[in-house]
Amino acid sequence: MKHKTFLWFVLPSSLAMLLFIFFPLISITVQSLFVAHDQVLITVENCGPFGCTEATMVDQEATEALRREQPLGQFGGLKTYLDRNHLATGELAAAWRASDGLGDFAGRIVNLPFYKAMSFTLAYTAIVTPLTIIVGFMIAVAVNSAVKMIRGPLIFFSLLPMIITPLVGSLILFWMVDARGILGTGLQWVVGDPDLSVKASTPLMWTMLMVYGVWHSAPFAFIVYYAGLQTVNKDTLESAMIDGATRWQRVRYVVLPHLMPLTTFIALIQLMDNFRVFEPIVSFNASAHATSLSWAIYNDLGGETRQLNSAAATSVLTVIGVAILLSPVLVRTWRDFGKR
Amino acid sequence: MFIAKKAALATVLAVLGTTTALADCGIDAGRVSIVGNEFPAIHTVANGAAACAKDGVEVKANLTADHQKINLAGMQGNPAEYTSAIIANSSIVALMNDDVIRPLDDLVAAHGQDIPKHQLITINGNVMAVAFMANAQHLVYRGDVLEQIGVEPPKTYEDMLAAAEKIRAEGIMENPVGGAYAAGWNLAQEFVNMYLGHGGEFFAPGSAEVSINNEKGVAALEMMKALSEYMNPDFLTHDSNATSAEWEAGNVALMNMWGSRTGVLMDSEGSAPEVYENTMVAGPMTVGGGDQAASTLWWDGWTVAKNISDEDAAATFIAMKNGVSPSILNDETMSQAVWMIEGYQPAPVNAGVFAAIDMGTTPYPMLPYMGLLHTALGDNLAEFLQGKESAEQALADVEAAYTAAAKEKGFLR
Repeated sequence: MKHKTFLWFVLPSSLAMLLFIFFPLISITVQSLFVAHDQVLITVENCGPFGCTEATMVDQEATEALRREQPLGQFGGLKTYLDRNHLATGELAAAWRASDGLGDFAGRIVNLPFYKAMSFTLAYTAIVTPLTIIVGFMIAVAVNSAVKMIRGPLIFFSLLPMIITPLVGSLILFWMVDARGILGTGLQWVVGDPDLSVKASTPLMWTMLMVYGVWHSAPFAFIVYYAGLQTVNKDTLESAMIDGATRWQRVRYVVLPHLMPLTTFIALIQLMDNFRVFEPIVSFNASAHATSLSWAIYNDLGGETRQLNSAAATSVLTVIGVAILLSPVLVRTWRDFGKR
Repeated sequence: MFIAKKAALATVLAVLGTTTALADCGIDAGRVSIVGNEFPAIHTVANGAAACAKDGVEVKANLTADHQKINLAGMQGNPAEYTSAIIANSSIVALMNDDVIRPLDDLVAAHGQDIPKHQLITINGNVMAVAFMANAQHLVYRGDVLEQIGVEPPKTYEDMLAAAEKIRAEGIMENPVGGAYAAGWNLAQEFVNMYLGHGGEFFAPGSAEVSINNEKGVAALEMMKALSEYMNPDFLTHDSNATSAEWEAGNVALMNMWGSRTGVLMDSEGSAPEVYENTMVAGPMTVGGGDQAASTLWWDGWTVAKNISDEDAAATFIAMKNGVSPSILNDETMSQAVWMIEGYQPAPVNAGVFAAIDMGTTPYPMLPYMGLLHTALGDNLAEFLQGKESAEQALADVEAAYTAAAKEKGFLR
C-alpha cells in the first residue's frame, strides 16, 4: 500500500482514537494530579420550614477568586494516588508493622477500598477469562458439528446473552436468584437449606457475578471461534482421520493450533473487559460483597458531592492495571511478529 | 407516525388542561427547563409549571431518579441547560458548593410577594430555594399483626425489637422487620437516623473534622445489627423500592419508611386487601432512651440556575411558582405529599410526617461536607452488618475514608 493511501485509510480511526482515547487519557492524568482548593468555610444562619439553625457553608466569593486563578485546583502531585482511598501507602506500611503474619496482613489490606476492589477484580478476571474461552470454544465446536438445518437458530440462541443489554441481563439473573426466585428456591431445594440466600453470602455473590460474566461473554468467544472453525483446513482434518486420529485428537492437534491466534485475540479483549467489570455489581446491588475499580469511579461520581479528582486517579490506576495485565500477551504478539 | 405524535401531544395537553387550567402566568418570553427526582408529587409540580407554556415560552422537564448525577453538570454551563433544579435539603448543598444557583431575593420581591414566608429557604440571609413539601422517615406497621400479638405500635426501637421477636415466636412472620438497608446511600441514611436518635454529632463543632467513632456510633450500629436479625437475609440489597415490595408481598409487619412512599403502600395496587387495609403509619421512633426521634426531616424545593439570562430566570421563577401554587391541589394530588402549600388538607397517610415535625425531628444536616460523610458511611458499614468486622473498626474505616475524601476536596488540610 502506498504511504498516502495508508494515511487516508487510517486517518478517520486515528482521529477518533486521538479524540476519544488520547485526549481523555491526558485529561484524567492531569485532573488526578490536582486536588480541590482549600475551602473557605463560614458560619451562617439558615432558615427554612423547620426553623433556623446555625450552619457552615462555603464562602463563594473567597473561593471564586482562588478558582479563577487556578481553575484546576491546587497541584497535589501524587497525593491523591497515595491516600487511603487509593493506593493507601501509609496504611499499607502501618498494616505491615501491626500484623502478626501474612494472613492477618491480607485481612488488613482488603479492608482498604482499593485492595478490596482489586481482590474481586483480579479474581473475576482470572476465573472468567479462561472459562469464557473454554465455554465459547465448546459451544463453537458443538454448533459446528450440528446439522446444517438447525445451525441458524442455534447460533441465534447462543448469541442471545450478548445481545441482551448487560444491565437487563444481570437484573433478570438477580431476580431469578432471589430467595423467592426460581433459581434461588431451586438452590435451596438442592442443598436442603431453606435459609440459603445467594444475596446475603459473599462467596455465593462472587460465584453468581462470575457465572453472569461467563454467561454474558461466552457468545463473543463462540462467534469468533465459530468463524475460525470455518477456515480449518479440511485436507489436514481428513488426513488426520485416515491416520486414525480420534475426534479428540483432531481437535487437540489440528483445530486448536490453528485457532491459537484467535485465542490470543479473545484473551486480550476479555482481559480488558473483565478488568473493568461494572454492570453486574450495580444491577446485583452487590457492592456490600464485591467492588471493582470501575465501581469505585462510579461511586465517586454518583455521590451528592462529586469527587472528580479521586475518580480521575482511580481511572489512571485502571489504565495502568489493564496495561500490566495485557503486557504478557502483547509481548508475545510483538515477538511473533518480530520473527517474520 | 406524525398523526400518532399529534394525538399524543393532544392527550398531554388535555391532561395538563384537567390538572391545571392553561392559565396565562404572566410570562412574555423565556426558557424553562426543570431537572428533578421522579415521584408523583414532583410530576404534579412539573405539570403545574408546564401550564405556563405558550408561544415564545418553552417549558420542559427531565424528571429522573438519577437527577443528582446530572443536575450539577447540567447547570455548570453558560447558559445552563437546566434553569431550575428540584432538590432536597441534602442535595442543595452540592449545587451551592459549586455556586450554580442564584439568590432569589430580587425575584421574590418582583414576582413572589405572595409566597408564604415559611416556604422560603434562607441561607446566609439570601433566599436560595422555595420549599413545597416535607418528608421524613417514620414507622409503618401492620395493624392486624400487632393486634394479633396484643402489642401497641412501638414508640422506640427497643419496643420494635420486642414486637418483632413476638411476631417471629408466634410464627406469624419469619422476618417481620423491613428497612431500606441496601449498601450505599440507603444504609448510610439509616445510620444517620440512628446516630441522631442517640443524640450524636457528626462533626467536631464548627469544623469538618468527623467524630462518629464513639459510644453513640457503636450503639447506633449495634441497634441496626439487632434489627437486621429480624430482616430478610438479603437486606443489604434492599433499597426503598425492594423494601416496599417486601411490604406489599405481606412479608413485613414493621418498618421505618419514607412518608412520600406510604401512599403507594396504602393504595389497592400491588398488594392483597389484608395488607393495604391494615397498613398504618405512626411517628418516628426514638432509641436508647433518648427523646430525639431517630429520623431526619426533609424538604423538597426548587431553585433557579445562576448561569442563565435574567429573562429566563424570571420566566423560570414564575413558572415554578405556578407549579407550586394552590391551584395544583385537587383530589388526586392532595395526598401525594405533605404539601407546604396553602389549602393543603392532610390525609391519614401523611400522619407520620406530621408526627415527625411535631416531635421536633432534626432536619438532615445542610453541611458542605455531609455528602462526603454519607458516601463514606454507605461504603463501609456493610462489613459490620455482615459480621466481618467490629463496630469500632467499621466506624474507624468510615472516618478514614471520609478524611481522605475531605482532604481531596479541600475541606480538611
